[in-house]
Amino acid sequence: MTNNTSPKRHMGLKASNAISNTLIHVLLIVISIIWLIPFVCILLQSFRVESTWQVGYVIPQKWGFDNYLSLLQTDFKRWYLNTLIIALVNAVLQTIIVLCMSYTLSRFRFKMRDALMRFMLVLGLFPGMLTMIILYRVLKDLGLTQANAVPGLILVYVASSGMGYYVSKGFFDTLPKSLDEAARVDGATRFQVLYKIILPLSKPIVIYTILTAFMAPWGDFVFARYISFGTSAGMNVAVGMYNWLNKDMIGSCYTMFCAGGVVVAIPVAILFMCLQRYYVEGVTGGAVKG
Amino acid sequence: MKHYSDLEFLQLSKWQRFLYRLLSFFASIPRGLKNGVFAIGRFFKNAAMGIGREFRDLVTTFRDGDGNTKLSYLIMGWGCLRRGQILRGIMFLLFELIFILYMVFWGGYWLSMLPSLGKVGPGEAYDPILDTYVYQYNDNSFKILLYGVLTIFFIIAFIYTWRTNIKQNRIAEQILKSGKPLRSGRDDLRSLVDDQFHKTLLALPMTGILLFTVMPIVFMILVAFTNYDGTHDGYVNNLFTWVGLKNFNTMLSWTGAGGHSYAATFGEILAWTLIWAFFATFTNYFLGMFVAMMINKKGIRVKKLWRTILVLTIAIPQFISLLYVSKMFAKNGIVNGVLMDLGIISQAIDFMGSQAHNALLPRVMVILINIWIGIPYLMLIATGILMNIPADLYESAKIDGASGWKQYTKITLPYMLFVTGPYLLTQFTSNMNNFNVIYLLTGGAPNNAAASWATGSVGYTDLLITWLFKITTGAEAQYYLASVIGILVFVVVAVITLIVYNVLPSIKNEEDFQ
Repeated sequence: MTNNTSPKRHMGLKASNAISNTLIHVLLIVISIIWLIPFVCILLQSFRVESTWQVGYVIPQKWGFDNYLSLLQTDFKRWYLNTLIIALVNAVLQTIIVLCMSYTLSRFRFKMRDALMRFMLVLGLFPGMLTMIILYRVLKDLGLTQANAVPGLILVYVASSGMGYYVSKGFFDTLPKSLDEAARVDGATRFQVLYKIILPLSKPIVIYTILTAFMAPWGDFVFARYISFGTSAGMNVAVGMYNWLNKDMIGSCYTMFCAGGVVVAIPVAILFMCLQRYYVEGVTGGAVKG
Repeated sequence: MKHYSDLEFLQLSKWQRFLYRLLSFFASIPRGLKNGVFAIGRFFKNAAMGIGREFRDLVTTFRDGDGNTKLSYLIMGWGCLRRGQILRGIMFLLFELIFILYMVFWGGYWLSMLPSLGKVGPGEAYDPILDTYVYQYNDNSFKILLYGVLTIFFIIAFIYTWRTNIKQNRIAEQILKSGKPLRSGRDDLRSLVDDQFHKTLLALPMTGILLFTVMPIVFMILVAFTNYDGTHDGYVNNLFTWVGLKNFNTMLSWTGAGGHSYAATFGEILAWTLIWAFFATFTNYFLGMFVAMMINKKGIRVKKLWRTILVLTIAIPQFISLLYVSKMFAKNGIVNGVLMDLGIISQAIDFMGSQAHNALLPRVMVILINIWIGIPYLMLIATGILMNIPADLYESAKIDGASGWKQYTKITLPYMLFVTGPYLLTQFTSNMNNFNVIYLLTGGAPNNAAASWATGSVGYTDLLITWLFKITTGAEAQYYLASVIGILVFVVVAVITLIVYNVLPSIKNEEDFQ
């Protein structure tokens, strides 16, 4: 503040600041309520016992765990296990692939590097949906669809994951090159540089990659439905539970969907919240560097 | 048009500058096209010269080389084996053997069938053992196309390897002539984790991309020139075959059944796709920035709590939240129920428009719900960036008496736009292809009756990408049209990307922000 500010104006500023802060607090509370409503509703309805279809009120008249128990009667366990396996394997393999790709493109200057990156940029402009048809047929020939959809899905997720190298490449770009050079001068091979120097420094981006690779399969719907194609044993949670909300089943499965949603969401959300810091670093870095 | 010098340009107001950039972009299109044509010409000229150089090199290597080198033209790796580079020699030889075996037993067949995509379709045939006519499956167009493409990939790889083999012979000769020893197999292996480490690292990811991204895309581009659909599935019912540009004619012609053509439908959906992408991107961008600024403001308490609540929509898988929200807004859903209980409305509103004739409400709804999904991402990103803006900029602005709004438009917004320009662009294009939000929320509803009658099921909230999906899953499954749409989507996205890169200052000119 400058000296010529009169005490009165100073008071005014303070007061207006207080008012605007109160307003912002109110607004934030309203926003939070809007953001929370769907999740509160889904949680409350998962405990509703008196009816299984959609109703126009939020708070159940009779509470109980019936919906969770009836989940056990369905193939839900199988879907859950499928998704968990896909997510875990995908998290490991995809991280390896993405790190290989991004580290190489960040640190090595080889003949085809620029051409390769431009090529992948153009590839990325094609709608991925288009390739589903052929991937389905190829996987079918390999016997990796329907009941065997789990390895099929893993194969496709992992194989195409190299395209998503941008965020972690941005991270590696920020690590000083002098580290590599110093180690090289001391006689380390490129592999030793990666293993002994870069990897220990890359914890945030490794965790970010693992986290996103783990979360993606839980939400994949289109491709998983294409591959499992009506065979319950090969479905993931998204595909299986989607059917509960179609016209014929919504009457008997609506509250079960809510219960299933809670069971799926809670572990994933807790994991995400624990690792949130790394996620934020990743998305911010990725957005800034494009 | 008038061309401004730098000094004149700086005197223009913001809008004039933007207009100037836009106009000069369009004015530069003819020149750009000309340059493009020249660039393509240059590319072919360079390619031809490159090939010529390679051929000349092949000839001179053969002429000047010793017997081992000459024999390597026929037997790959011969030179390496004779000169003691056993590992390399075996690899080359093995590759050649595999290639020859593959081409003789499989590749030749696929390649010979590629021009026709199969000659004998499925049908009745006499079976002498059963003494009756049985239905037989014969050629498989799908496999022919698929393995034909793979065989071509393989041939290209073989030619490249063959060329490498010859080049290495020449280099080996030179090294030996200068009296140095050749690299041993052990050196080769060591170089894979050292100076050739990038090849080791890229081998696996690139194989995956080649087989599961590049190959499918090449295949689907080719499908756009065939009549591959549900009835011409290539094996069980009928073969499919090349039809040239016919599918592009279908998609881009203005005459169609009932006065509604594919071109009209495509135009309608493209328009909505662009509107959707625009609103989905910018509502999220500005509101997310706004929320981030509110939370960041000095004196706001429990910042962490607000952020955590918002981030819930990222943490919870979209299929749960989106499906649930779409059911909340259903005609017999919670929102209608509560509103009616409170007496605000007397009749249920059809928000998602499964039966409505009004397309506007569902369209607004998907944009609004997308805000719910999208703000948290932007909030996270904007928080990180806003913290990086030097605080003294605001201090000096305050001293100069700038209002909050002025600070926003003069400091915050330019900084954000500058830093996130490329991100906005990718957001826009990924929103154009945002399948999940549309499909899980409305599934494309409400139905666009006029367009659906002529071109298969289409809804008012359908994006090009969901339309493409519907086309491939319907009863007729017109894969060839889906491919055409996919290619057109690619063209649209590429054109937008090009324009934005040329017009947006923050992407092109890094010095613009002061």
